[in-house]
Amino acid sequence: MISSGIVTVSYIAATVLFILALGGLSNQETARRGNWYGISGMAIALLATVLGVVTQNYVILMVALLIGGSIGIVLARRVQMTQMPELVAILHSLVGLAAVAVGYVSFMDHAAEFTGVEKTIHDIETYLGILIGAVTFSGSVIAFGKLSGRISGSPLTLPGRHWFNLLLLLGAIWFGREFVIQSAAGAGITPLMIMTGIALLFGIHMVMAIGGADMPVVVSMLNSYSGWAASATGFMLGNDLLIVTGALVGSSGAILSYIMCRAMNRKFIAVIAGGFGTGGGGSPAAGGDEEQGEVVPIDPQETAELLSNAKEVMIIPGYGMAVAQAQHTVFEITKTLREKGVNVRFGIHPVAGRMPGHMNVLLAEAKVPYDIVFEMEEINEDFPNVDVSVVIGANDIVNPSALTDPNSPIAGMPVLECWKGKVSIVLKRSMATGYAGVQNPLFFEENTRMLFGDAKQTLDEVLKAL
Amino acid sequence: MKIGVPKEIFAGERRVATTPEVAGQLQKLGYSVLVESGAGTESSFSDDAYRAAGCEIVTSADEVWSQADIIMKVRGPEKEEASRLTAGKTLISFLWPAQNPEMLKQLSESGATVLAMDSVPRISRAQKADALSSMGNIAGYRAVVEAAQHFGRFFTGQITAAGKVPPAKVLVIGAGVAGLAAIGAANSMGAIVRAFDTRPEVKEQVESMNAEFLMLDFKDEDGSGEGGYAKVMSDEFIKAEMALFAEQAKDVDIIITTALIPGKPAPRLITADMVRAMKDGSVIVDLAAEQGGNCELTEPGKVAKANGVTIIGYTDLPSRLATQSSQLYATNLRHLLTDLTPEKDGNIVVDMDDELIRGATVCKAGETTWPPPAPKLSAAPKKAKPAPAPVAVEKKKPSKAGPVIGVIVAALALLGLGAVAPQSFMAHFTVFVLACFVGYMVIWNVSASLHTPLMSVTNAISSIIVIGALMQISATDTLTMWIATATVLITSINIAGGFAVTRRMLEMFRK
Repeated sequence: MISSGIVTVSYIAATVLFILALGGLSNQETARRGNWYGISGMAIALLATVLGVVTQNYVILMVALLIGGSIGIVLARRVQMTQMPELVAILHSLVGLAAVAVGYVSFMDHAAEFTGVEKTIHDIETYLGILIGAVTFSGSVIAFGKLSGRISGSPLTLPGRHWFNLLLLLGAIWFGREFVIQSAAGAGITPLMIMTGIALLFGIHMVMAIGGADMPVVVSMLNSYSGWAASATGFMLGNDLLIVTGALVGSSGAILSYIMCRAMNRKFIAVIAGGFGTGGGGSPAAGGDEEQGEVVPIDPQETAELLSNAKEVMIIPGYGMAVAQAQHTVFEITKTLREKGVNVRFGIHPVAGRMPGHMNVLLAEAKVPYDIVFEMEEINEDFPNVDVSVVIGANDIVNPSALTDPNSPIAGMPVLECWKGKVSIVLKRSMATGYAGVQNPLFFEENTRMLFGDAKQTLDEVLKAL
Repeated sequence: MKIGVPKEIFAGERRVATTPEVAGQLQKLGYSVLVESGAGTESSFSDDAYRAAGCEIVTSADEVWSQADIIMKVRGPEKEEASRLTAGKTLISFLWPAQNPEMLKQLSESGATVLAMDSVPRISRAQKADALSSMGNIAGYRAVVEAAQHFGRFFTGQITAAGKVPPAKVLVIGAGVAGLAAIGAANSMGAIVRAFDTRPEVKEQVESMNAEFLMLDFKDEDGSGEGGYAKVMSDEFIKAEMALFAEQAKDVDIIITTALIPGKPAPRLITADMVRAMKDGSVIVDLAAEQGGNCELTEPGKVAKANGVTIIGYTDLPSRLATQSSQLYATNLRHLLTDLTPEKDGNIVVDMDDELIRGATVCKAGETTWPPPAPKLSAAPKKAKPAPAPVAVEKKKPSKAGPVIGVIVAALALLGLGAVAPQSFMAHFTVFVLACFVGYMVIWNVSASLHTPLMSVTNAISSIIVIGALMQISATDTLTMWIATATVLITSINIAGGFAVTRRMLEMFRK
């Protein structure tokens, strides 16, 4: 109905709007506007495609859009903020699935016939699009399972798993060659399907091998994959909008993964290869011979007293806060203390939680003003002035052995140095170790008090005592 | 088991071994608490307050001693009290077994178990039960208050319309817990504070309290003995020390002495000559009075006057701040009991393998277990343990060849691609590379707190893949059409879900 020129212009507009949407996220003030840019970009792109490219089946198209859209909105409304990582993971799997479907259809639909080199390139693009899509799909489904607790969070380390991965990779390359050759002869569906199977298996195996603490990396990595899948599909279809958008998303996810890896002082490859402590030379058993000492428990009453007598309080939330859904109580306590003139701040470690920025979202949900929420780098030097640090359900991100014990699996990972403050109160369900499986000497420090129990319940009691 | 708290019978003792608050906490450990009527009166804890905390009040000390399984006291038992202690019972109080061997013998013969609060070992873990430190802290504070009481001037310097007031100069000898507390108190009242100690490692602590540490011009001699306490010094050292004190005595207004060596009489540091050299109206507070006094003219338990100088020799300074002392002492006792009650079931377990409990227990079921084996850890800075090696952050020197090789490989790959790929592909490829760079530039600016919204919004826009499905939906082939429709459906879940959840999250971020 509209000319292809108009469609192209609309795509350019959509591209620009997407870039603006990502740019808008540079700070909280412009972020909401950024989201609207994204929505408008998507609307323009959809409209232009529907009006300019689609020639029939409008009804069925509209029905699909409406059903899908409503499901999406219901999901978005219903999801609890603590479940965000799961939601993001499952949404990624949908992009992967779509990439696979589009790739297959494009292959079967011989409307676009190419010859010679163009044909080869097109086949490789199709092949890559389906490969990345399938890995994204199965990987995201497993990540979803791990994050929602349906699958155990501990890493599955098969013997010889690196060889297994290598075998899968070689298999994928070999079938790629087969596919190109057979496709030239008009066939090729068999190697394509075998490869899809390999890719699915690879996605499953890759995420299964990754421990719970590395989840932020996995989620952002899958985010990146979903972008590359879209980009590969764009190449296949010769559509610049898909290429650009996919590349934006892909590089965004890649940068996030990099930031997360840096926050854990882990090599990206080591995280992907899976397992914990297998990459370095140090034996993970070291540190077990350290004298552990004794912990000093504290009850909610005493905690409340300590807090109300302090001048500077730092709250360090971790995944435990998300599990216990304690963020609202935390904010109530914050409010009460701030009214009493106590300076309460939050220190957020980049990998706290199961997704980049997870803690920020939870605190935002509880209406904690974002100007008292600080990142690790901003706040680590302030700890000597802090009277009370409250560690809520965090473990590895406050582990001093990351700095002192070169054999520790988390050695060199930057951590929040709360032990430099006057008193640290650690809320924990039990003395179990964190996801890294490392004992935490912080608990045995002289100025550490342990407050055992469910974070939500104990904090409610603290709030009452205040 | 029942804990009994009798009224202290030592003359002038105002403290009590538990407070209503702590009694409540003891009940959480599974004990019931018995308090002699009037035990807390002198420390401002009424019988009613104890009753409100769930304690049973009994009228006579006899009932406490006969009914309770565990007796908690402040002062060591008097002869008649000790005779009431029978086998199977436990007594926890100050005892000073070194100074009172007879009492120790009597207690040991009674068959009871006795824990002496003064024998709690000086290890980090035992600090929570270290009553000597709590009492020392109070004594130091009170010493300054007593000095202020007898000193005729302000502590702080002032310049008023009625003239200039010089600040008082305070010398604190012995910078242990009491000494440091005295430094803190005198400082906060505005005095100029100097301090001396034979242990050089306390210099830092003194300076951290904003006092001047007086250095002795003397060859290195470390006065730290076992467990962080002081030890006897050599003659030359003492001579140099005395010269320093003689000089200081002429200058300062107030001297607070806290010098004690465990198991020995207090060292004589301030001679009668030095007292004579002090200005009229000066004050000496001798915290070592009970062990004979650091000052030659000290009269234990009394305030003496000599040549216009007031010498305070009170031996009951903590008792003079009874409410505070009782609170801290009761908390120390509670911590000890917490360790003694591992099951929290109100049953006492004297575990002789526990260093803290082993140290405090002076006799157990008829057997004298004092003195304990030497504590393994000292409060002094550990020299044996080397500082943990700084983590070898493996900064492999970034090999210069690496990036170069990378660039060359990339360039070759691009050249190879350019050689074979058709023009149309190269156009798309250009767009792709540029988009990656744009993405790279934009994403680094994203605030860390917005990483989750970033992921959900990129997730939403990556569903732009719907365009691919839309291109296919008009196909005549039914299978193609239905697959495309399904793809549209799932991607639209993503579009709507992604944007909506991002919006929801961003709405929450607020100042």
